[in-house]
Amino acid sequence: MSAGVELDHITVRFGQFTAVDEATLDIKGGEFFSFLGPSGCGKTTILRTVSGFLDPSQGKVRIGGQDMAGFGPNKRPTALIFQNLALFPLMTVADNITYGLRVRGVDKAERMKKAGELLELIALPGQGQKLVSELSGGQRQRVAIARALAVQPKVLLLDEPLSALDLKLRQHMRNELRAIQKQVGITFIYITHDQGEALTMSDRIAVMSDGVIQQVSDGKTVYDEPDTAFVASFVGENNAFAGTVIKADKSGAVVETAFGRLRGRNPKGLKSGDKAIIFVRPESLKPGKHAADTTLASEVTSVAFEGNVTHVYLKGLGKKEIILTVGRHGGVKIPEQGAKTAIGYDADMGIVLPDGKMARE
Amino acid sequence: MSSRFLVFVIPLVVILVFWLMAKREQGQSHDPTRKGFFERNGTVLGLVFIGLVAFWTLFLVVLPYLYMAVESFHPKLVPAKRGGPEDVLTIAQYKSFFVEPSSGDWNTTHLWAFGYTIVISIIITALNFAISYPLAYYMAQAGTLQKVRLLMLALIVPYWVNEILRAFSLRLLLASKGLINQALMGIGITDGPIDFLGNNTGLFVGLSYAYLLIMVFPLYNAIESLDKNQIEAARDLGAPWWKIHRDVVIPYAKPGIASGCTMVFMLSAGSLAAPQFLGGPRTLWFTSIVYDFFFQAFNWPRGAAYAFILLAACIAFVMLMLRLFKVSLGETIR
Repeated sequence: MSAGVELDHITVRFGQFTAVDEATLDIKGGEFFSFLGPSGCGKTTILRTVSGFLDPSQGKVRIGGQDMAGFGPNKRPTALIFQNLALFPLMTVADNITYGLRVRGVDKAERMKKAGELLELIALPGQGQKLVSELSGGQRQRVAIARALAVQPKVLLLDEPLSALDLKLRQHMRNELRAIQKQVGITFIYITHDQGEALTMSDRIAVMSDGVIQQVSDGKTVYDEPDTAFVASFVGENNAFAGTVIKADKSGAVVETAFGRLRGRNPKGLKSGDKAIIFVRPESLKPGKHAADTTLASEVTSVAFEGNVTHVYLKGLGKKEIILTVGRHGGVKIPEQGAKTAIGYDADMGIVLPDGKMARE
Repeated sequence: MSSRFLVFVIPLVVILVFWLMAKREQGQSHDPTRKGFFERNGTVLGLVFIGLVAFWTLFLVVLPYLYMAVESFHPKLVPAKRGGPEDVLTIAQYKSFFVEPSSGDWNTTHLWAFGYTIVISIIITALNFAISYPLAYYMAQAGTLQKVRLLMLALIVPYWVNEILRAFSLRLLLASKGLINQALMGIGITDGPIDFLGNNTGLFVGLSYAYLLIMVFPLYNAIESLDKNQIEAARDLGAPWWKIHRDVVIPYAKPGIASGCTMVFMLSAGSLAAPQFLGGPRTLWFTSIVYDFFFQAFNWPRGAAYAFILLAACIAFVMLMLRLFKVSLGETIR
């Protein structure tokens, strides 16, 4: 039922502008795959290329091994869920869900049966005769999913479908989407700028920036082992200290920064003299002195208690502050506002990456 | 008291009744924060507003129609006898549409012209829709901004030309020795000239073109507000282009379609210039008959009666169509 999607050196240009540059990917059948990136990074362009609304300037899209060149969106085994859902306002819920079957010439009795099954799946049984306008946001969301699933696509494409919902509903729908994907077992390709959505739902994530795929990995790897400065700064909070590598070996590298010499892992094998950024996650930073090359000092500008965690903001370089996050039951003494304090981390919690473009805040 | 005088009194009485009702309503549900009309606008400006609106509605809209309506219920009389004992209320003028008063036979000429006018107007409306829908769809959804602007200009500029001039220039083109016949004979498609005016081609072309914009713009307005994603969603679900139009675009644009069709139908049925100049010799347009009663026979009462018959028939037809296609009248004037 499911099919893999291969992107083979896909490039999409709009005039002079290159929206997607040489994207090559192999999405496996039945996988929940996300494209994560800021707006304008080219993720929606990729989705429209897969669904057939856009032809790539170069490269090939293969679905289930078959080259899709020349197949329009109505001929591809894909179904797209739009950002604004694009439900048909003049049709009932059941007619919306079965529209794809209707244009295929499936008779009415069969369609109504299918509508009943799908309404069951999306937990809206017996609501087929309602108008779309009578449903709540979350219910519309589910109707859009049912409408796409009704045509039994091999690949379901989702274009930030949760962005219009409020926070609670969004978190609930994440679980629901994941459950539906497990149940129907087809490939889901999910577009989002929300790293929380990507991390919680996906088997694998492609992080994109400026039309280039930066990294393709599972969520944990993307978070813990970022390949580039962009990925490190875009996915989750991160503290960045830019500088020059002064010492490098297999166990790690030391970077000369504005906050002194800082040590971290060196997965990219940087050499002495390279421009580099060392990243340390807020939850990896702890108050108190550590080893000389994993300690820095600054002044506390503010403390924000958030219930389960407390964020401590320290003076950083320019406008960017250093963030330190302390869990509730760590038994750690939280520094006070205005105090000059030393903070540090375990050496393998720092990661040294080549200097590069960072995500904008 | 003459019934003609009554015409001027009735609107005043109606206005007075409404004004008293409004006053009563205001007295019952008194809201101290709500300011009266004159308090908001000042006495002078308020009087000017009321005066202008009253003048417009009474003298330019209500009274002329009322006068015509009353006229249609009177016999045709020479001026000296008006207001005399022969000037009585009668439905003879309406009856004369069905039965010729002089002979007592069915008035087949006028009945035929009436039916012909209605049927041709329906065809014109359908033809106009068929031409305008693709245009409007292209302008609203498919075209780039620049091309759409150019197209709009090309649509609008010809309408700067006077309607009669346009009708005559079409006649020049379509005449037996006109440009089109010359060209057709020149390249040898036909041997003799085709009688475009006699076979009513001219009538159809002229009337379709005359009201093109009146159809295009309501359609354009309706289709323009349709979310592009709806079209893409239908396409993504497997619909071929014609099913997208049948299921998504046309149902959405229905109020616009109803509005455009209503206006084109009404205007076609009531048009005078195009049928007179472009119709064939056997074509008798109903409005021409009305015109002749007014200006050739000087029979204003009968002309007025005929005009009201046409108006009533058109309104009835439009209402029936709106009911059939489940569109409310309010939607068509959005």
